[in-house]
Amino acid sequence: MSGYRLPPPHGAWLDRSQPVRFSFNGQSIEGFAGDTVAAALLAQGLMHIGRSYKLHRPRGIFSCGVEEPTGLLDIGLGPLRTPDTRATDILARDGLVCASGNCWPSLNFDLAAVNQKLAAFLPAGFYYKTFMWPHWHLFEPLIRRLAGLGTAGDGPDPERYDEVSVNTEVLVVGAGLAGMQAAVSAAGAGRQVMLLEADVQPGGWAASQTLRPGSEAAARLAAARCDLARAGVEVQARTTVVALYDHQLATAIESLEGAAAPGRIRERLWKIRARQIILATGSFERPMLFPDNDRPGVMLAGAVERYATHYGVACGERVVISAACDSAYGVAQSLVAAGIEVAAIVERRPERELGGEAQAPHGVPVLHSSVLVGIAGKRAVRGVQVAGVGGGALQAIKADLVASAGGCTPNVSLYSQAGGSLRWLDAESMFVPERLLPGVAVVGACAGVFDLEAALTHAGQVGRSAPGGLMPTAPVGGTGWVPADNQPTLAALSALSTRGGKPGKQFVDLQNDVTASDVELAARENYRSVEHLKRYTTIGMASDQGKTSNINALVLMGKATERRPDQVGSTKFRPPFKPVTINALAGGRSGERYRPLKRLSARDFHHARGALFEEFGGWERPAAYPLPGEGLIAAAERESAEVRRGVGLFDNSPLGKIEVYGPDAAAFLDLMYVGTMSTLAVGSARYGVLLNENGIVMDDGIVARLAPHHFWVNTTSGGVERVASAFEEWLQCEYVDLRVFIVPVTSQWGNVTVAGPNAWRLLDQLGFDAAMAPARMKHMTLRESTYAGQPIRVLRASFNGELGYEINLPASQTETLLARLWEAGQDLEICAYGVEALMIMRIEKGFIHVGADTDGTTLPGDVGLARGVDKKPANFVGRRSLTRPAGKDPERMQLVGLQAVDSRTRLAVGAHLSLRPPPTQAEGWVTSSCFSPALQQPIALAMLKRGTQRIGERLSAWHLGTSIAVEVVKTPFFDPTGERLHG
Amino acid sequence: MMTIACPWCGARPENEFHCGGTSHIQRPPLDCSDATWGDYLFVRANPCGLHAERWRHSYGCGQWFNLLRDTGTHEIKAVYAMTAPMPEPAPEAGP
Repeated sequence: MSGYRLPPPHGAWLDRSQPVRFSFNGQSIEGFAGDTVAAALLAQGLMHIGRSYKLHRPRGIFSCGVEEPTGLLDIGLGPLRTPDTRATDILARDGLVCASGNCWPSLNFDLAAVNQKLAAFLPAGFYYKTFMWPHWHLFEPLIRRLAGLGTAGDGPDPERYDEVSVNTEVLVVGAGLAGMQAAVSAAGAGRQVMLLEADVQPGGWAASQTLRPGSEAAARLAAARCDLARAGVEVQARTTVVALYDHQLATAIESLEGAAAPGRIRERLWKIRARQIILATGSFERPMLFPDNDRPGVMLAGAVERYATHYGVACGERVVISAACDSAYGVAQSLVAAGIEVAAIVERRPERELGGEAQAPHGVPVLHSSVLVGIAGKRAVRGVQVAGVGGGALQAIKADLVASAGGCTPNVSLYSQAGGSLRWLDAESMFVPERLLPGVAVVGACAGVFDLEAALTHAGQVGRSAPGGLMPTAPVGGTGWVPADNQPTLAALSALSTRGGKPGKQFVDLQNDVTASDVELAARENYRSVEHLKRYTTIGMASDQGKTSNINALVLMGKATERRPDQVGSTKFRPPFKPVTINALAGGRSGERYRPLKRLSARDFHHARGALFEEFGGWERPAAYPLPGEGLIAAAERESAEVRRGVGLFDNSPLGKIEVYGPDAAAFLDLMYVGTMSTLAVGSARYGVLLNENGIVMDDGIVARLAPHHFWVNTTSGGVERVASAFEEWLQCEYVDLRVFIVPVTSQWGNVTVAGPNAWRLLDQLGFDAAMAPARMKHMTLRESTYAGQPIRVLRASFNGELGYEINLPASQTETLLARLWEAGQDLEICAYGVEALMIMRIEKGFIHVGADTDGTTLPGDVGLARGVDKKPANFVGRRSLTRPAGKDPERMQLVGLQAVDSRTRLAVGAHLSLRPPPTQAEGWVTSSCFSPALQQPIALAMLKRGTQRIGERLSAWHLGTSIAVEVVKTPFFDPTGERLHG
Repeated sequence: MMTIACPWCGARPENEFHCGGTSHIQRPPLDCSDATWGDYLFVRANPCGLHAERWRHSYGCGQWFNLLRDTGTHEIKAVYAMTAPMPEPAPEAGP
């Protein structure tokens, strides 16, 4: 028991009138509204809350914010669980359930903690070196289980997520004093300003300095908030900018967690475009390196101060501050003011190098030129051992908390994401932005400006500057002198060995368990480049992205290779700035909303007939209408037989429909299609194939002429958008002189297809125009008419070989017509048929289905359409490509029919055709296959090398290790003379 | 993600647009050699720096237009009509 709650008035962000209770590893934790989970755990005296990733060492809470490397918990239960969440970043609330992720069977008795004993054998690169033989994959599952990264939620996430896009003139990221100043100035200059703050309240660093004697922080903050409100700045709290992209697009995640009420939105993704972005993201504290600096109870000094001011939490009863910078003294002042005992400040620098503001509180001893060389205690700090930088006597100090202050690291993550480069300041030992970026300015601590007055002046100037205008140079500095190297000297460490002690590991990256000796090993093995260092040791690659470890790592690498940190360089920061849940990014686009399907307007009609809906080309369509107890395939086979016997109704509304209009429409379609459309008579229709510039079959369909300048173009239902945009591209980019309009009308027109021997009889009964009788209206003609007061366009065409009428009508009338036809057709053996039955009938007729029988290599000649190419004298898209050597290759694949020699076995689509058993080169493959009710045997279509010359030949079709003898046959399988078309 | 100034709709986010690749490619005559035709179909310059390319405002007006874009910085130097010649890029601003 070391941490405790300070009495009121400490804890500026707490609402002590609202107690909250949650569970941690089954233990009940009490806190107050406003607490983070970390603050409540610390207030309850809990220091040891997790185990480390690789070595399973006990770990505690290290920081008080997004940079947290070790205080990681699984939050929530079942499908609501979010693994590896920073306890410092989650608000405590009633009923919350959280648990340590990486330990088994329990936090205090963790079996894998044996890794600590083996630590000497687990240096950087250990896995690469050891588990090579016979193969890494043999060891991977076990190692992954040991390494454990929390437990993912099980089942679909029931919570709601949201996404908003906004535009603003100025976006300020971070509501510390500098950010608020920049926002107020920009608003004062008449600009629309949005200010985002990751924390629950504005304030930033200043908010944790309110306890310091003589501090004006509280007054300044109050004034700044007034100014913000008066200036009309839109302030959005609990919203973290996680990425900055080209042209000033920022994405941010707003956490609404704990906002009560079921069905609430949990997280909201913001996409913000701004003319000017001002980054005021502050800085992180850099920790000191010393042996066993990972023990629970070693924390960042600024965090210890923040827990006291914000949450009224004393993280320990007796604090030792390990320091190499002036800011440590302010922390000491705050802690003393809060009534927390500071046992000593162990200052690595000699007294003469301290800045004027580095004043220790009265009665707190400062041990200059001294460092920590050891920590007593494993799951909690019990004391520290101190030695002089130059060696000498060892001094033991009793303490339960070590506050570590090794300088400041400007938070340049977003600046770097936006393409900014960094420069190194020797005196302050930090990287700061090197140059200004167009549309992105940097102010305050993240610009490297630590002097408050200078920062406010600078932020004010930046805020007033017009977007795109000249920005003032940042007055960097203000931290005082900070040594780059803050490791204990060898002399200091040797003081330890005189007492028979052995120094513990110095951890650089607490989350990935990377130690100072790992960095030295990487240097010795010549992984000197910063990118190699990162990947070899995994430093900075954990979910905290090295926010508190990168600078120490670069300094160590520089020391080991005799380079300055800027010569070592820093890795590029990449989004996201902090871990983001996948669902926040999806913004609710999951399940049905992942890719919403288009619905038929006659959906209810199909539903009432028992339709089994499936997705076809982005549409939800009836695959078949199974009778009770009937399967999909059986239903399709029954339906196809019924269509050929009586009459079938098919909702063909998804059929692609494009109107092509204009004086040059005919000439344009001639360029687009293999077939010639300019010679069509008005009222006539023709089948056409579309190629792309590479000669590949892209789509097919029927083109009808409504008037000399007006065409009705049908495409495949899945291809209509592709075809319409290809038409537009050719028109706008290549054939710019042609006067043509392209109007896709697929969803405006429904299409009811009536097919079968009784098709006309049915339409006749319902009083359709007698001019449509098969004797008077020829196959492949189109007639415009009206029916029941509605305009209709009826095309006599057939994709199944039967007498067929495709009745196009206003989409809203589809259901009415289907219902009337259904009722009238009861005496004519009417049936509704789905896409699967249509597929059976078109295979029986040997018609291709683009995308099923064709692929990205299919030329028109391969699927029996060479004649259209040969007959046409004029140019069309794709023509030149057909004459390339590959196009004229006699060995090309060609579409053929196949039948199993035993007349019983159905071939699998994708089965390979060959003369000999594998391994051998395939001669072709099955592209479509079904059982034909008309022929009472299975049939298939296939692409086969020189196929049309091999009719009658026998081959083997291989599928999953078995083979079936097949014979190559001519298509169509059924009604080869096409007599049935006439009813 | 870029903001693209559509000549008809104004500045809109990149995901409303579709990039159609390099612009100003001349279609060779149909009686050209296979090698020339192959180059036309498949070979592109892929420069690091200024690149003239055509874009369509697919989820807007549906119109094609040309852009002059720096592939290194994503800076858009010019937006011009499909049939217009490639403009001279503005000289770099002085220091």
